[in-house]
Amino acid sequence: MEALGVWNYWVVVLLMMIGLYTVIARDHLVKKLIGLGVFQVSVIMFYVSMGKVTGGTAPIIPDEVPAEGILYSNPLPHVLMLTAIVVGVATLAVGLALVVRIREAYGTAEEDELQRMNGAQS
Amino acid sequence: MSEHLSALIVVLPLLAAPVCLLLRHTAMVRAWTSIVAWACMIMAWTLLERVQTGGAISYSMGGWDPPLGIEYRLDALNAYLLVIVTTIAAVVFPSGTILTGTALPEGKRHLYFAALLLCLAGLLGISSTGDLFNVFVFVEITSLSSYTLISLGKDRRALTAAFSYLVMGTIGGTFLLLGIGFLYQVTGTLNMQDLALRLPELLESRTVLAGFAFLMVGGSIKLAVFPLHQWLPNAYTQAPPAVSAFIAATATKVSYYLLARVIFTIFGAAFVFDALHLHWLMLPMALAAMFAGSFAAVFQTDLKRLLAYSSIAQIGYMVLGLSMASEAGLTGGIVHLFNHALMKGGLFLAVASVVMRTGSSSVNAISGLGRKMPITMAAMVIGGLSLIGVPGTAGFVSKWYLVVGALEHGWYSVAVLILLSSLIAVVYVWRLVEIAFFGEATHDVCEVPWNSWLPTWILIGGTLVFGLWTDVTVGGASSAARALLGGTP
Repeated sequence: MEALGVWNYWVVVLLMMIGLYTVIARDHLVKKLIGLGVFQVSVIMFYVSMGKVTGGTAPIIPDEVPAEGILYSNPLPHVLMLTAIVVGVATLAVGLALVVRIREAYGTAEEDELQRMNGAQS
Repeated sequence: MSEHLSALIVVLPLLAAPVCLLLRHTAMVRAWTSIVAWACMIMAWTLLERVQTGGAISYSMGGWDPPLGIEYRLDALNAYLLVIVTTIAAVVFPSGTILTGTALPEGKRHLYFAALLLCLAGLLGISSTGDLFNVFVFVEITSLSSYTLISLGKDRRALTAAFSYLVMGTIGGTFLLLGIGFLYQVTGTLNMQDLALRLPELLESRTVLAGFAFLMVGGSIKLAVFPLHQWLPNAYTQAPPAVSAFIAATATKVSYYLLARVIFTIFGAAFVFDALHLHWLMLPMALAAMFAGSFAAVFQTDLKRLLAYSSIAQIGYMVLGLSMASEAGLTGGIVHLFNHALMKGGLFLAVASVVMRTGSSSVNAISGLGRKMPITMAAMVIGGLSLIGVPGTAGFVSKWYLVVGALEHGWYSVAVLILLSSLIAVVYVWRLVEIAFFGEATHDVCEVPWNSWLPTWILIGGTLVFGLWTDVTVGGASSAARALLGGTP
């Protein structure tokens, strides 16, 4: 049962595999992007749970009470993830913009149809 | 001022990109982009000179000292890479063919230049930072701007090529992030120098091994090492030719640097090659890339796709140098970064000139152009000779060091395979020569204006100059190789 003690990592692995499978197995480009989003979120969850210290509090040094002996969570992974979330949002935005343009140019966003149309063209 | 150079070289193009949106007028934005690229190039050469005389430069961002603050650290390898990237940018950005083959209407073109500058900023950032998380952020800046640039190709297939690159690139980038997370979890630091100090006693840990694996796979996707190269041919083929010239000459080089940095500086050659025996994985992949890439190039009917497959083969040569982990091998790999950047940049720019005149990049488009566009076609032939590795061209210098490295290891069969794969390059280069000079002229065209052929010739001329005069290129590469192997850059 020891392996279940790190259940947060199991969640990360599960989400990551769901995301990766969706990217590979789904034909519709928007669904692929959703899978990509889940995949990225799993890594964000990994960092966030990594920074949490059991029993730790928010890393703000209090003004009055003596600051010694307080257990803090590690704020750095959380701060890093702010950047990673921005990167994820930007990727999703570029991806969706591309899907819109693909839909305009081809009239479809299904990967197998796109491949057929590309193959006929070349 | 001058002590801030290592930060300024990244910050300048980053801040210059939004200025493009304010200028709007295409001619003004073009001039502005070129000025920025030239300024970066001057800074890069200054930094290289300073590193070679005074040793590694460490710069603390915002005055916060490493390992807590973010460090920008330039040693012989980074500075060399900065010179490659900025020189290519300084030649490609002012080129008259920069807008050839883009699907942008007048009035939207300033955005294209903004994306180019952001891509440059990202590449320079990856090359100069000494902080692993910073690397991830700059990798994503580079990737996002290159997805945009690739999707601007004229053909609608550019869109699907950009989309599949986006999916692959994001998976690669996320793998990098995950690997960085594993290393941070074990060591509690993101600074590369600090990681190198703390990792040796933790190398048995499975977390470190998993982190290493994720970093290697993520970096290999970005570099397009042989089995992970699927995104590259489509992306290079569909992108506007000047974008292909810029990205082919710089982005893969920077990914290569990232792999070298992870292997040699962070983990150390002893761990990677003696304990993990990674060269027995990298060597077959490199050889497969050399042959598969060259073979595929022979059968292509599109010039850009031909060059893209040849790029995969050339990446194979560079990875081969990496897997040797000796001074000669690494020198060969690193000098090939420079030489390949020159020749592939020059060849793609020559294709851009062809597209400008004929409107097509198919191999048949150059039929008989040897008489119509002699300057461009001569550049293409010399670039092709350099791809083969004919003595007197830059390609020969890098292959020479690779063969020497292989012989030093006693890998005689590898040395033979390097020469054999060069022979395949003869086939596809000769095909181009035959069509261009002995084919019937199908297009009635004239030579491109000087501002289009001059950038091509600067790069192609570079392959001739650095094929004979190797002080700067090989000297820089071998001091970079020594810095990597010495452990303390």
